[in-house]
Order: sequence, then C-alpha cells, then structure tokens
Amino acid sequence: MPIKSPFHQRTSQFCQSMNWKDWAGYYAVVSYDTNHEQEYFAYRHAAGLMDVTPLFKYEVTGPDSLHLLSRIMAKDINKVKQGQVTYCCWCDDDGKILDDGTVSCLSQDHYRVTSAEPVFHWFHQNARSLKVTIEDITSRFGILALQGPLSREILTHAAGGDIASLGFFKLIDSTIDNRRVTITRTGYTGDLGYEIWCENNDALVVYDAVMESGKNYQLIPAGLAALDVARIEAGFIMNGVDYFSANHCVINSRKSTPFELNLGWSVNLNRDSFIGQQALKKEKKEGSLWQFVGLEYDWDAYEKIFANFDLPPQTPAQAWRTAVPVYNKNGKQIGRATSGAWSPILKKNLALASIKTGNFTMGDTLHIEVTAEYERKSCPVTV
Amino acid sequence: MIKFVSKPKTSSYDAVIVGGGHNGLVCAAYLAKAGKKVLVVEKRPLVGGAAVSEQIAPGFIFSTFSYVVSLFRPHIIRQLNLVKHGLQIIPMETTYNPIPGDKGLVRWADAGRTRHEIARFSQKDASLYSEFGLAMGRLSRFTKNIIDTTAPQPASLNPKELFKLLKMGKIFKNFDGNMRYLNVKLMTMSAIDFLQEWFESEPLLPSMAGSGIIGTFMGIRSPGTAYVLLHHYMGEIDGAYRAWGFSKGGTGQISLACAKSALSFGAEIITDAAVDHIDIKNGRARGIVLENGDDIKAGTVISCLDPNRTFLKMVGEHELSENFITQIKRYKNRGSSGKVNLALSRLPNFRDGRPGQHHLKGDITIAPTIDYVERAYDEAKYGEYSKRPFLNIVIPSLSDPSVAPPGKHVLSAFVQYAPYNIKEGADKWPDKREAFGNAVIDTIEEYCPDIRSCIIHKQIISPWDIEKMTGLTEGNIFQGELSLEQLAFLRPVAEWSRYRTPISKLWMCGSGTHPGGGLMGAPGELAAKTMLTEGGV
Repeated sequence: MPIKSPFHQRTSQFCQSMNWKDWAGYYAVVSYDTNHEQEYFAYRHAAGLMDVTPLFKYEVTGPDSLHLLSRIMAKDINKVKQGQVTYCCWCDDDGKILDDGTVSCLSQDHYRVTSAEPVFHWFHQNARSLKVTIEDITSRFGILALQGPLSREILTHAAGGDIASLGFFKLIDSTIDNRRVTITRTGYTGDLGYEIWCENNDALVVYDAVMESGKNYQLIPAGLAALDVARIEAGFIMNGVDYFSANHCVINSRKSTPFELNLGWSVNLNRDSFIGQQALKKEKKEGSLWQFVGLEYDWDAYEKIFANFDLPPQTPAQAWRTAVPVYNKNGKQIGRATSGAWSPILKKNLALASIKTGNFTMGDTLHIEVTAEYERKSCPVTV
Repeated sequence: MIKFVSKPKTSSYDAVIVGGGHNGLVCAAYLAKAGKKVLVVEKRPLVGGAAVSEQIAPGFIFSTFSYVVSLFRPHIIRQLNLVKHGLQIIPMETTYNPIPGDKGLVRWADAGRTRHEIARFSQKDASLYSEFGLAMGRLSRFTKNIIDTTAPQPASLNPKELFKLLKMGKIFKNFDGNMRYLNVKLMTMSAIDFLQEWFESEPLLPSMAGSGIIGTFMGIRSPGTAYVLLHHYMGEIDGAYRAWGFSKGGTGQISLACAKSALSFGAEIITDAAVDHIDIKNGRARGIVLENGDDIKAGTVISCLDPNRTFLKMVGEHELSENFITQIKRYKNRGSSGKVNLALSRLPNFRDGRPGQHHLKGDITIAPTIDYVERAYDEAKYGEYSKRPFLNIVIPSLSDPSVAPPGKHVLSAFVQYAPYNIKEGADKWPDKREAFGNAVIDTIEEYCPDIRSCIIHKQIISPWDIEKMTGLTEGNIFQGELSLEQLAFLRPVAEWSRYRTPISKLWMCGSGTHPGGGLMGAPGELAAKTMLTEGGV
C-alpha cells in the first residue's frame, strides 16, 4: 500500500476524482478532476501546485561532500556555488546513466540531491574513507512544485525574502507563514516555476499559505497527468520511460549514456576523475549510437490516416508512454518514440524519440507508427 | 477423485515405474503420451511421494511434506495438460519475518512498500533490494537453461555434447563482466557471505539466506549454500520469476493432476503395491517383484526412488560394481528437516502488533538473526534437533479456504534442523518425536503466545518418519542434497547422470537425477524424453 505524503490531507481533499497512482511508494494524484486539462492550462496560463514529495531526497554534508558529489555526478559540482542548483545526471563505470536529478548547494559542505530512484547505497559505496555524512531525507521533507507564469507573483506574496529576483536554478532560505522553507527556482514544466521544501510538520501550513496567496491568481492543485504533457512539450526526459537506469536493464542494449539523451551539455569531461569518465571520453571521441530528438507530427497526414476510416483525427487524451517504432523513408525501423502528447499550446502532436545515429539529420522527415481503427499506419514526422 | 486399484491389468508392460512420486507420474505421462504401455507402482494408498495432501484430522487437508511450489516447469504444465487435470496454483505474495519485540519485516509484492519496510532496518539495504532481485533474475535465466535440458557432459567429445556446452558457454560469455564474477561467486560462496556482499541488516540477511539451506545438511555460513539460494530463485509462476505459490487443495493436487494426465494418456497406476526388488538377470532388468510375490514383467524398469534405495535395496549390491556402490554410498542423503503440521481452531495472534492478516498469507520465516540460524545448525552437527529451529511456516487456509473448515486453519511448519542421524541413533526418533514437536511449538509460542490454545490436532514428522512413510533415504527431501558436487553431470554419480544405470534396461527418473529436487517435474520429464530418443523403452 502506498504511504501518504505530508500534504496528503490537503491533496486528498482536493482530489475529487480519486484518480491516484503510486509514485515511489507514495500516493500521488494523477488528476484532481476527472480530466487533467484544467490543471494543464493552469500550468501554462496561471499556476499549478503539485506535491512532488515522492522524489528521493538526500542530504550530503561534511568536508568531503563536494568531493563525493563531483566523483559521482557527470557534472563538475565545483561549479555549483552556494545558493545554486544544478540539473545533472550520474553514470556507472561504463558511462551508462543511472539517474538524473538535481544537486543544490545550501552552503559550504552542505548539499542536497534529488533523484527519481533510490541512490543511497550508491553514495555510500563511493563514500568509503571520505569524511561525509549521507542522510536519506525523503520522508523528512515535503516538496511542493509551484509552476506557471504567475508563480513568481504568487510566491512573492506567500514567502519572505527576495523571491522576485531569485534567478533561474538559484535557491534561497525563506519562510512561509513563519515556517522555514528552502525555495529553488526549478521545475519540470519548462516554464517559470519554483520548488518549495518544508519539513513535514510545516507541510499543511505551507500548503495553505501558498494556496491562499494564489487565490487571486487562479492557482489550483495540479497532478501528474498535466505535468506529463508539460514536460513533453519542454522536451524533458523521464527515467523509466525515455530511458532506463543501468541498474534496471536486463540487457546491455537498453542502457543509455548522457550523450544519447541530449544531456551531453551537463557532462564535464576534463577534470579530476569521476565515475564513468573514461567511458564517456571514449564515446565523445567516437560518437554515440543513439540520439534523443523531438518529433513533430505532420498534422495533415495524420488527419488523413483517420479520414480514410471516416473518423475524425484522434489526439491522445493524455500523454502516452508505450513506445512506438520510428522508421526512415524506406520503412526501415531506425528507432523508437518513448513518450508523446498532443500539445494544446502548440497545437501539435509531439513525441520524444531515440533514433540510431547516422539515420537522420535535424529537419528530416521520418515516419512514426500510428494505429488507426486497429490497423498500423505510419505518419510522417519532422525531426 | 480417482479410485486406484492395487492389481495391474496385465502382467507385462513396456515400462514399469517403481514409486509414484510426482516425477514418476510425469515420466509415466510422457511415456504413455508417446504410446508406451506404462505401469506406475506405488506402495502407499495414495500417489505423490512427498507431494501429497492428506486429511490427518477431519476436515483439515495437510500438505504432509512438500508445502509450496515454484519450480514446477511451465512447459510440463502445458504439455501434460495439467490445468485441465486440476492444477491450480495460488501465488504467495509476502514473506514475513517476525522478530521478538518488534513488528518484524514483511516483504510485499509491492516494491515501494517493501522498500519502506526494509528501510526500518537499513536504508542501504532498502535502496539496493530491487537491484539484487534483478541480478538474481539474470543469473536464474542462465541456470534455467541447465535445468531444462539433460546435464551437459564436460568430459565428452560427442559433438552434440560439445554443442550443448558451447551454448551454455555462449550464455555465460554474454554476461557482462560483473555477472560472470557473480555467477562464479554464487557457485562457491556461502549464502550469508554472498548476501553480505549486498546487504547488511537482520532479519533480511538470515531470512534470505534461509533459502540456501533448505533440504541440505549445511548452515548459512557453509560454502555452497549460495548455489542452493539461486536454485530457489529459479522458481517462476506464470512468467514471474522467484514467485512461489500454494497448490489449491494442498500439494497433493499437483501429483493428482500428474496422475490424471498419465491415466488420460493410457498409463496404469496401482497403489498399496510395495515393490520388493527389481528382477535382474544377466545384468539386465526384466521387471519387478512385489512384496506380495506378484511378478510384473517390463521391457524397461524405471525407478523413481532415491539412488540409495534404488541400488542398495531394489537392485542389490551383488549386481553392481565396487566402484559404483562406493559412489552411491557416498551420495549425500543427509536428512536435516522435519515437519510439524497443525490443525488450528482459529488463527493464532502474533504478538507483533501488526493489524490484519495480509502479511500472514505468504510465508512466515522464523530466522531473526544470522546467529540464530547458525546455532540451529550447530545443534544438528552433533546429532541433536534444534531446540530453537529455523522455521518456514505457511497457513495455506488463508488463501485456500478449501483445506480447513470455515474459520479454522491449517499451519504447516517446515523445520530445520532435525538430523536423521541423531546421536542416539536414527531408530530412536520415535522416542524423541514428541519433544521435537514441542520444541517447534515452543518456538512458535514465542511469537504467538496463544498457539497452544488453538491446536486441535498436530502431526509431527521427523526425517525418520519421512523415510518410513515415503521411502526417502534418511528423510532427505530432495533425494540427495543439492550441493554442487552432486548436481548436473555428477547427479547421482559421475557418468550415470543421464537417467541410465549400470543395469541394462533400468533407468532412473526421480529427484536424485538431474536437475534435482524441489517439485520440478523436470527429472521425470527429461528421463522420459531421454528414454524415448535413445530407444530406452
């Protein structure tokens, strides 16, 4: 049975649809209403408030904490100064990605890490003989994600400190209704947004204060279904959907490297040794097997596929994550699309895909499988 | 319900199978399916050997000996239509480790929930647990190839053998470096040492290590037990690895389904028909002679009995070479387990304070610490049963109400250690049986203070009783321990691992042959298929 986050009393009150799922062992709302659309539009035109407590959270402290994190992360954590957050990934010895998440520097020798999967043992294994303390704080802190164009105004009213000038991927200590919180300007929607960390005891007070501040700005609680659409529009990958942690891969070909996921920008190769460095250097030199790209469906062609059956075009009701093949113009399969959604603001069908290197260049037309009236068809997409 | 008779229809068969254990029934079904005239001869009034369901107390159906299933080969289920003949497995989803004074550890089907449980004891273990499952799954897949084919012969130059070895080698080669090391470690280490490379907390460690000692006369710190651990990981139900389940109606229903399948293909089965010896002339088996004097001729005789009983009792030492006899006598049958079956008037109350019954529906393992399990083994080494034994308990009536009257329950406790060779001598077991049973109930009482007030009836089975009832030498539940030196091409002895014996027209099909015990059906199936392809019948 999943467990309740510290915000559960509020989220369960608002979740009239009773549409929940299990996220890392917690109850998480899929959509508060029976349909996620209003929540999606809140993310895009006002603001949505989401409970992201199920993220795994770790506190890394001690004189060697920077050393440990720089060893593990593919990014050079030395570059992350106090008050800064960074998005990065980490790999195994073969350069295969284990997970992606954020590293925040609260002060010297004091960091926080978030991840999609448990990573406690990995930190420990690599911390031998280092003077560092690692604590799993997943169940000590709740996190609220306040995302949307009006989120800054809402938070400025709710929280103390200079929210208005808080830069992208920066953090500050603040208070909300006299409760201590840490606020980072981060998010998963590709728009303006913040994440608010508070201790469990303060959760409900913080939640209420933010919701109260958001009343005049049409802030509503928003769930995972809406988030999924937003993150696909933003091109953000998801562990377990667009890639698999090397720890969970039954076969080698299922593993991915950061370069294969468009995370090459977050990899700092030329520095003191870190896990996976040699393998990643080799790949940088020789090239990667896969590329991660976005695909835009040709709407006219898509419409025609359904019209052949006298059907109106069917746009997916929610984001999808059952992978479909992607073909080149000769019908040879060259990759797969792993997530996709209809983007309401772009009015386009989008997909995120992994395509084998050498089979395309940006702007090319490829083909994606579309099933219409139980028949497999293919629809042109632009890379 | 099948009504068995004790007299065969004719006096001559293509194949006669001595012993109606599940492997013998599977073997009979395959041979009959291939058109052979087959007779299975069983000494007890019911078939199944150690896989039987018996109504020891009115309204209560006990799985007398074997109590859970996992390793039964799925392709045998399909090929013999066992579902049509009544096979139904109910999955066991939880493992519960009660600890004195604590709410204990429950591992659930739900990964998230399990992680929270383990995290109470160790964050690291919680974080790593699912990865371990994945690694074992990959290893099991490799080992699965071995159990589903006849044992490879490393000393053979026969191209067919080399090809088989090559195929195995290829799978091994396709492992990445870490898996290869893991595989080798698994083959050589003790269960605890292997597990401690991953985990650090109790009761997770002793609970998982428990699978490494089932049916062996070894402790969790004994090298070689890591392999037995893997053997138990190979179980799968409906495609899910490491899944265990109860047979609806008790384990005997599995044997009954095999029997019905055999009958449906035209095989015959007689019960209450004990075999006295195998009739051999000039080094060739001609049939069997029953204890009542009846003579049954057969083109081929197949023994489903353990190697010791087959060769030393049914065949006779005078028919076999000195070398072979020595090897058979060295084949390890050390019985180390007993069983306590209880009919309960109600569910006992665990003093752990956990509400509900969900966590009791799977298996309940008493193995609170590593030392506890190791001490249980210590006693056995010197010829005593464990005063505080390792217990693997199931209450199948919680998932299958058909085995007990409404509101009442059946509790099955598998006990280690109970050495066959107690220091007073095995034949003194009847004198010690009651005390042994009390030690088990005393142990349960530490977790359920009211257990004694729930007991309507108890059945206490020592390894000596197992031997008397089923014929299993020294009461070893696997017809010989599953230690590496007597597995695969060394099971039961080197050069005789392909179901043949030194006696012409005498074959073997029980768990004492590859791939070993655990209610797999594989020895019976592979023996039949080998006989059919090699003209053995």
